[in-house]
Parts: sequence; C-alpha cells; structure tokens
Amino acid sequence: MVGKEFLLNSKQMAFFVAKGYLRFDELIPEEINKAVMRDIDAGTVRSQPAGTPLSQCYPAPSAVGEMIRLPQVQGIIHSLVGPDPLFDHQAVHVRQPNEGAAQHLHGDSTIDVRMHFDVQLMYFPHDVTPEMGGTLIVPGSHFRRINEMDIARYQNIVGQIQMVCKAGTLMVVHHGIWHCGRQNKSDQMRYMFKVRLNPTVRQRLLWNTDDLTDETKKQQTIFGGAKKSDDVQSILGQQEPWFEWGDGRLEIINRIKLWRFITGDDNFDVHYWLSRLENMPENLLEAVE
Amino acid sequence: MAQLRQKVLVLYLASSALDDQVRSWAVYDGTGKEAHTTGDDNEPPYKTGLDALKDGWRVIQFPQLIPPYPGLEFTTSFQRHEFILEKLEEV
Ligand SMILES: [Fe+2]
Repeated sequence: MVGKEFLLNSKQMAFFVAKGYLRFDELIPEEINKAVMRDIDAGTVRSQPAGTPLSQCYPAPSAVGEMIRLPQVQGIIHSLVGPDPLFDHQAVHVRQPNEGAAQHLHGDSTIDVRMHFDVQLMYFPHDVTPEMGGTLIVPGSHFRRINEMDIARYQNIVGQIQMVCKAGTLMVVHHGIWHCGRQNKSDQMRYMFKVRLNPTVRQRLLWNTDDLTDETKKQQTIFGGAKKSDDVQSILGQQEPWFEWGDGRLEIINRIKLWRFITGDDNFDVHYWLSRLENMPENLLEAVE
Repeated sequence: MAQLRQKVLVLYLASSALDDQVRSWAVYDGTGKEAHTTGDDNEPPYKTGLDALKDGWRVIQFPQLIPPYPGLEFTTSFQRHEFILEKLEEV
C-alpha cells in the first residue's frame, strides 16, 4: 500500500480531469535516468503480454522497474488507476536527429468513449531542449471523440504544450489526450519511454481526499465578483485558449461529469452548468380554491 | 506564361463568424517553398479569419452549420468552425 503522503490531492486530480495530464518535473533521480538510458540503448527494456498485472512487470534488475516502483510514481498511479493496474503496452519512442517532419497529431489506440480511463506514463530520461522537439500535447483535448490520426490536419493549436524538460520528468496523460512527437531538429537522438496502464478497480476517491470538503461542492455565485482560482471548481471551470465559445462550455460539462464519476458526488457542479439542465420539475402546483 | 501553385491555409475559428479568433491552423504550400508540420509554431498566423482575407487569402470553404445529431448534443469532437483559404502563387 502506498503511503498517503505520496498520493495526489484533490486539486491535482481536478487539474487532471480538466486538462487531461499532470506533469512532474525532475521527479526521477539521475541514477535511474542514466540506468534507463543504458537499458534502452542495450535494447533490454522487456515488454510483457497485454493485461499482465503491473506488479509482475519489470522484475529486478530493471531500471524501468525501479522508476515505476518509486513511491512517488506508485502514488500517482494509485491515485489515477488504483492499486496494481494492468500493463497494457510499452513503447520506447525514438525520434531521429534532424528529421524532416513531426508526427501527425493523434489520439492513441482507437476512439474510446468510456468514463473509466486508462493513463499513459510518458517518461523523459534525458534533458529535452526546444530543438529536440519533445512530445506535444493539447491540454483539455481528452474528451473530444475522435479516432486516432483523424485529427492529423491540425498542425498547431493555441495553448498546445511542447514538452521541454529536464531529465527525469514524468508526464501522466489521460488515454484520450491529443498528442504527437515533434520534429527533432537537433543532432541528438531523442527518447521517450511510454507505458499504458488499465485500472482494475472502480476509479473512485483513490487519491488523498483530505482536502475534499463541503466547501469544494458548495454552489458558487455566477459572475460573483472576486474570483477564486485554485479551488476544485475554478480548476474545472477554466477554459483552454483553443476552446471554441460554444464547445468550450460543453467541455466544462464533460469535466463535471468525470468529477462526479470519480467522487461519486452526483450533485457536484461548476458554475451551475449541469444543475440548470437537470432542473425538470414534475410536482404540480396545488390548485388554488 | 506564369506557373501558378496553390497555397492552402486552414483556420479553425472560435465561432462560425469569419471575423472571430483563430484557435488552430494548418498551412500547406504547393509552391514547395515552405514546409509546415505539427507543432512548428505557437502563434497563429492571423488573429482572426478576416485578417487573413485582408492579407490576400481567398476563402474557398465556409463550414456549414449543422445541428447536432439527436443524442449527441453534448458530444465534442473535431473543431467545427473550419475555414479553408487559398492563395495562388507563381513559381
Ligand atoms: Fe501516440
């Protein structure tokens, strides 16, 4: 069992629900980063059949195993997909030096309309400079129902994140996130190790919920003057710079639905978006004599 | 006789109005002078669709307004306000 201090908190979970990713800069110690690079170069990062419990993957000695078994990483995994998820697949992504073009924008696997979600760990074992073209992700794109490369036409999206980071950075993404490997304009190879995990338990309140209080779910005033910015409702209600005026509001509703799913609180709302739609009174007014 | 090649600009706007803000974009250059790829710029080439017109781009496709299919009213998918513009350039 992971120590509570390593689990995510409710604000981090709200960020994940809203943006579809979490980023942990320089989380993995240098000796593990170096060992993983050695294993990648030697071609010894062994994969497993899909559906193998993660706890049975990467037995020691394995640098990737050491990374995954770090309590911080276990805490992230537990918070999102629960204890002992299943290994889906891994990929060592290599972008060749001075390549001609980036990968097209896509969502991994196929269209996937579940409320339950898989996560992908994207681990950057070496420094990624802007020229090396780290993974590009589009925050808040995970609810869009698209199939794989059908979105290849979008070359650039306002608010896209180009991963530039120090060695040992871990990014965790929702299975639906739009992303691609960017063009590597440097003269060095670029590596990224990815592993996809499936939950084996219902994803509800798996994180450290100590900060989840009545205040979190209290209805807030619409256009109510002084804005809070870092509470759960504000995090879930923040529009992405690429959202259309109309669909952007539907995205907030998508987030509310996922937050209700992972908390079990079917009355939770942000900005009254869903309560308004759910108000369909059926009780008849008594006739006045 | 000058040889003409098509340059295509795809703009995704914040609404169905051509003078609304650019949210995403793509450029395909038939002259071969420019090579665009995913993630090659964080700043849109124009602030609005109308700004592109003022710079000489011609609109060749307006997105139709299609009501949501029953049952899919709350589903988000592709960016729907897709305007396709072109320029013809000499090579
Ligand atoms: Fe991918």
